Amino acid sequence: MASLKFITRTAIRDSRKNRGRLALFMSSILLGISALVAINSFNDNVVDDINNQAASLLGADLDIDGNKEASEYVMSAIDSLDAILATEVELLTMSYMPQQDASQFVRLKALEGPFPFYGKLKTEPVEAAERFRQNKTVVVDESMLFQYGLQRGDSIRLGKSIFTIEGTIKNAFGGVAAGASFAPTLYISKQYLASTELVQPGSLVEYSYLIKLNDDTDPDEWKAQRRERFRQDAMRIETVNDQKEDVSEAFDSLNYFLNLVALVALLLGCIGVASSVFIYVKSKINSIATFRCLGMKGNGAFSIYFLQIFFLGLIGVVTGAILGSFIQLIIPQVLSDFLPFEVTTKVSWTAVVDGIVIGLIITMLFALIPLLAVRKISPLRTLRASYEQDTEGGDPLRWVVYFAILASLFLFLWRLTGDPGAGATFTIGLVAAFLVLFFVSKGIIWSVKKFFPRNWNFVLRQGIANLFRPNNQTQTLLVSIGLGTSILTTLFIIQGLLLKNVDSMDAGNQPNMVLYGIERTQKDDLAQLTESYNLPVINQVPIVTMALAEWKGKTKAEWFADTTRTARSWAINREARVTYRDKIDPSEKLLKGNFIGTYDPGIDSIYISLSDGYARALDVDLGDELVWNVQGTRIKTYVSSIREIDFASMNTRFFIVFPNGVLEDAPQFQVLVTKSPDTKTTAAYRSAVVKSFPNISVIDLASILSTVNDILNKVSYIIQFMALFSILTGVVVLISSLLLSKYQRIKESVLLRTIGASTKQILQINIAEYAILGALSASTGIIIALVGSFLLAKFQLELDFMIRWYPLLIIFTLVVGLTVFIGMLNNREVVRKSPLEVLRKEV
Amino acid sequence: MNEIILVKDLTKTYKSGSKSLNVLEDVSFGIAPGEIVSIVGPSGSGKTTLLGLCAGLDKPTKGQVLIKSTSLSDLNENERAALRNKYIGFVFQNFQLIPTLTALENVMVPLELQGDKKAKMVAMELMDRVGLGDRMTHYPSQLSGGEQQRVSIARAFSNGPEILFADEPTGNLDDDTGHHVEDLLFQLNQEQGTTLLIVTHDLDLANRTNRIIRLKGGRVIQDTLQPHQETQS
Repeated sequence: MASLKFITRTAIRDSRKNRGRLALFMSSILLGISALVAINSFNDNVVDDINNQAASLLGADLDIDGNKEASEYVMSAIDSLDAILATEVELLTMSYMPQQDASQFVRLKALEGPFPFYGKLKTEPVEAAERFRQNKTVVVDESMLFQYGLQRGDSIRLGKSIFTIEGTIKNAFGGVAAGASFAPTLYISKQYLASTELVQPGSLVEYSYLIKLNDDTDPDEWKAQRRERFRQDAMRIETVNDQKEDVSEAFDSLNYFLNLVALVALLLGCIGVASSVFIYVKSKINSIATFRCLGMKGNGAFSIYFLQIFFLGLIGVVTGAILGSFIQLIIPQVLSDFLPFEVTTKVSWTAVVDGIVIGLIITMLFALIPLLAVRKISPLRTLRASYEQDTEGGDPLRWVVYFAILASLFLFLWRLTGDPGAGATFTIGLVAAFLVLFFVSKGIIWSVKKFFPRNWNFVLRQGIANLFRPNNQTQTLLVSIGLGTSILTTLFIIQGLLLKNVDSMDAGNQPNMVLYGIERTQKDDLAQLTESYNLPVINQVPIVTMALAEWKGKTKAEWFADTTRTARSWAINREARVTYRDKIDPSEKLLKGNFIGTYDPGIDSIYISLSDGYARALDVDLGDELVWNVQGTRIKTYVSSIREIDFASMNTRFFIVFPNGVLEDAPQFQVLVTKSPDTKTTAAYRSAVVKSFPNISVIDLASILSTVNDILNKVSYIIQFMALFSILTGVVVLISSLLLSKYQRIKESVLLRTIGASTKQILQINIAEYAILGALSASTGIIIALVGSFLLAKFQLELDFMIRWYPLLIIFTLVVGLTVFIGMLNNREVVRKSPLEVLRKEV
Repeated sequence: MNEIILVKDLTKTYKSGSKSLNVLEDVSFGIAPGEIVSIVGPSGSGKTTLLGLCAGLDKPTKGQVLIKSTSLSDLNENERAALRNKYIGFVFQNFQLIPTLTALENVMVPLELQGDKKAKMVAMELMDRVGLGDRMTHYPSQLSGGEQQRVSIARAFSNGPEILFADEPTGNLDDDTGHHVEDLLFQLNQEQGTTLLIVTHDLDLANRTNRIIRLKGGRVIQDTLQPHQETQS
């Protein structure tokens, strides 16, 4: 075998005239690697930050919360700790701004004690964080301040009490900014909560007991000993470690997603590399055959080109890693709406090294597919140019390379997810996605060839024929540009579907506004007010809150101790909001049993109706006995019917329905459902309600829609950012493929001009070629997106599938436009070149 | 007999779909060391195929080729490559210079493959010898056809081959340049005592060799020794 020195020297010498071209091959992996490094740097920083800031995310060592005040047992457990205690009561309610005559649904937090113990409540001005604790003032979410043009000193009415705005709050504990526009956060001091009279039976209240430990009690151990017992009292305990896990888990999912997207961009780039190396090897066949004739062994020739590709790959990967280290600086900004804390942006050397190693391995494996053929190039090529057999036919080593690619993908994904099963699933998913993409693009190419429009004019025919020139990269481009397009298109379709589905809840006579927290005495006045606004009272139902105490003969405590229990915790622990009525609602469907509408004291048994989902979660069926604790009174009931509930409407829905004649005297509140014709009426009605009945909350579909839209926009922003990587990779592959075929194109153009084609015609041919290429790529992406989003909508999101063609048309036009634009940028030289210059040039 | 090249019952069949085409059929001959032989025949008679088989660039369908008593059929591709590097030189019709290497580097390749430390020196001498001492750093695309073929001849002799195969060495050159290249080829051949096997359809060139093997339809139809060898002009 030729010496390594000779191989290296020849590799360097041979690359001299091709370095520009080779560098181009490698540019296609740049973006993939940079995405990978950027995302992993970001993730490393997030993990560090979570570890360093977890205590300040929770703000305390322990957080005990539930939707009832702490029981005696819980309180005594808390009292037994050597600790400082702060409490927070959180409720969703309406606020009314008299100066602006506007109302807003808010998340009200009433604080008592020096919370947060760790970290700071960041307010503007800074003193506001302390002042609101002493005075009857409020700090409001920054976004709400801007939305309503509020100023410091303005008033906000909460329930029956008026508060002065002290300042704005910039960070919220235990919340992410993305959902804040639906219910912005307001902080007041707990001493003034009672004056609002907002805490009523049936209000949506959460009580938190926030604890800072003074001794070295281990919060996790403390929690482990009491968790089950606390659960019986419907209280949850959260420690700093739980918070860390929660946040890490949320970020893990984000990290998987971002890594997958980066990996896809890298794989697309690698396909670009493989396809470029294939063309490069083809251009080297004569040289390789000559080397072989002069006595170089197949492996020697292979080593020369392997070395060239390896070094350029290394340069590409390192450049990508450097680029990635810069890109990671902007990721926290892209994700800022989802970050509950500030993420540092330092370079993570682990991510850089990882990116380089992974990038180089995957790139080289892909490059090996065409490179292996070098070993088989026959020296006979020197004598016969058309000797085709050598590079064709099966090479068993190819299968080894394919296997190695799969194995490295699997290992990468296994390491990412930490679970071999998930790694395998992702690998299979990725491979399947690429196969689908490959076959769709193959199918499109096949149909274009099969149904080649032979009677079209010359320019179009030539444009199509150009796509199938020797060494074309049509398939690679269809795959890479197609994938980017399909990600974007799926995103638009799904986003459209979600909004349309929420929107369709407003159609026809469907209600679009729900009022709750109505006291019994307010019921008639509210109905009158509603009608004075010409709004229909579609539904007005009572709600009684209760808790499940026993079922199927065992108490809650006994069930919790039973390891064979099949009932789900949420079904057991939730505070049940129950209504009573004498008939089944028209939107419901009776699945089994009899709906018994009225309690017959003569029979002495109370028959209730459950929703199918709740019955399943509690693992109860017809005839089973359930005992409820209705604010201290125990009521024994039996399941007499199971109903199916329609969730796709804004009407009231009840898991549990009692018959008339049982709960009439129990403490209760009312819910009123109506339909407003437009947002103006909604706003006016809402303000009127809040003014007259401060305790009543109004939720309208329009604000839910705008929140959904807001969240979707933020999510899609991230996905678009990541889809950009695969689109840009497609663009780079496009540019490199155009440059690779430049000389061939110049020769063809010159030939056409020699035989009389005008510059205009040549331009038209080229435009036709790129437009068709763009159209095929866009079609590949859009077809996949349509099928993908249909499956996603049908089986995953359970939405009605419908398409708005308008955004698809825009995407299609953009992709075609971009392809033509890049194609024509590259084309100037092709058109300008003089025929003589080309004939003289060694091509 | 002590032939350096021995061709026995050589047959080569190409398959194209369901059809098969016999390009060579039962060709046999031997070439003694130092002999200068030309293979002539019309286009499609199998000349280049025969050269390719003799040089171990391709495998015969039947029969065998022995180079220095070693049957090429017994060697694998790598062993045949090693044999070519050690004993064989090539001159091609289309020169087959590596476009990315300079003229000098092209000449150095066979020696460098052998790990010869004096590769550069030998190559420079040969470049001088073929009259291109001042063109060493030029790339093939910067050289004329005649110059490229001279580089190719220098490369062919650089490893001191015992056998030189030339495939239509003047086929791409004009008459004058062709003659110069022929002269150079014969001169160097004589100096080094190389066995020369030339494939050509140029009868003038064939007449300058010791022996002419005529092919037609894949068979040897005539194998004649030349009464008047004329290897120099």
